[in-house]
Amino acid sequence: MNSTDDHSKARILELLERVKDPEVPAISVLELGVVHEVSIDPTGKVTVTITPTYTGCPAMDVMAADIKQELLQAGISEVEVKLVLSPAWTTDRITEEGKRKLKEYGIAPPATTADIRALKGESPVVECPQCGSKNTVMLSAFGSTACKALWKCNDCLEPFDQFKCL
Amino acid sequence: MSMSNALFTYTLRRADDLLILSQRLGEWCGHGPVLEEDIALTNRTLDHLGEARNLLTYAGQVEGKGRSEDDLAYLRMEREFTNVKLVETPNGNYAHTLVRSFLFDAYHLPLMQALLESKDEQLAAIAGKAVKEATYHLRHSSEWLIRFGDGTEESHQRAQAALDAIWTYTGELFETDAVDAELVKAGIAPDIASIQEAWSKTVDAVLAEATLKRPEDGFMATGGRNGLHTEQMGFLLAEMQHVTRAYPGATW
Repeated sequence: MNSTDDHSKARILELLERVKDPEVPAISVLELGVVHEVSIDPTGKVTVTITPTYTGCPAMDVMAADIKQELLQAGISEVEVKLVLSPAWTTDRITEEGKRKLKEYGIAPPATTADIRALKGESPVVECPQCGSKNTVMLSAFGSTACKALWKCNDCLEPFDQFKCL
Repeated sequence: MSMSNALFTYTLRRADDLLILSQRLGEWCGHGPVLEEDIALTNRTLDHLGEARNLLTYAGQVEGKGRSEDDLAYLRMEREFTNVKLVETPNGNYAHTLVRSFLFDAYHLPLMQALLESKDEQLAAIAGKAVKEATYHLRHSSEWLIRFGDGTEESHQRAQAALDAIWTYTGELFETDAVDAELVKAGIAPDIASIQEAWSKTVDAVLAEATLKRPEDGFMATGGRNGLHTEQMGFLLAEMQHVTRAYPGATW
């Protein structure tokens, strides 16, 4: 078995599935859609290209370090994590599975950017992740992290985070 | 002026506006009037800082002298900073902070929209990230301006007073010199006249809804783009840079 077989792309993706968003540990970096590209060169060096969610998101540095650590621990000797700005990340890159997990975790998933109201920052219809009610109201466009807005459910009266549309 | 010199200065000017504004907004951390606003302002601080970091890193690469984002942020002297004076003005009361941000946001958003078309790929990529966040920023500051202006007699009076006091710092946003001329010619920077037009339109629309009066254009402050700053700038930099300067080369 040569080194390329050892670190097949499928294997790398399996490993990346274990790396979670440090601020939303319910979903992996793959489900979040920040992994832009995985490449393996003939020498076995693995390059993971990631694209930041919010420009100033402090979790990006942690994610980059976590990815590197996970792959190194799995026995890959050379790993590079590259950050690219283009194409810009959008919430549409979060996978369906990722959105389901967000909701389970208590964070309302983002609307799609096709919903122009959401992109313009006008209140989209957001379902309460606790009770499922659509009778909800946005308290603030800025929440506990750069990527979230703060909402409240008018039925169960619980406040909740929403992954805001970008 | 060589093209790389012009691109370095242009990128640095954009970076410095955001770096200094984020430093000012960061001062509100833990002091916001309500929890949601405290969080909103620190979120904006992060967005501005993130964009500043991208721009500073790129400026360092363009310059080609090996300076990192940290070198540019922490190891330049006051006279080397090229931000407009608007962003270094002290926070004042909440109306002052929000009016300052509004006047900047209304300029920043159309500038980033225009830079999406820049022939410089990295500037276009940075704008691609920034433009979405800038949309949230302008909406946030516009809503507050309307709430203040069209609110109580007290909030109206404070918002108008802030507007009157800050207006003198808005002229600098639309100054141009040889740097801009060179980059406009190369298709890298947009013509500032189109940005000013968009800014003016936004300002008029929001002020009308806020029942606030647009101040007359009088004396306009100048000098920031060439490193001449207000007396507050030194204090701001002292706070921002003192750890790096006290412990050179420290890492953690």
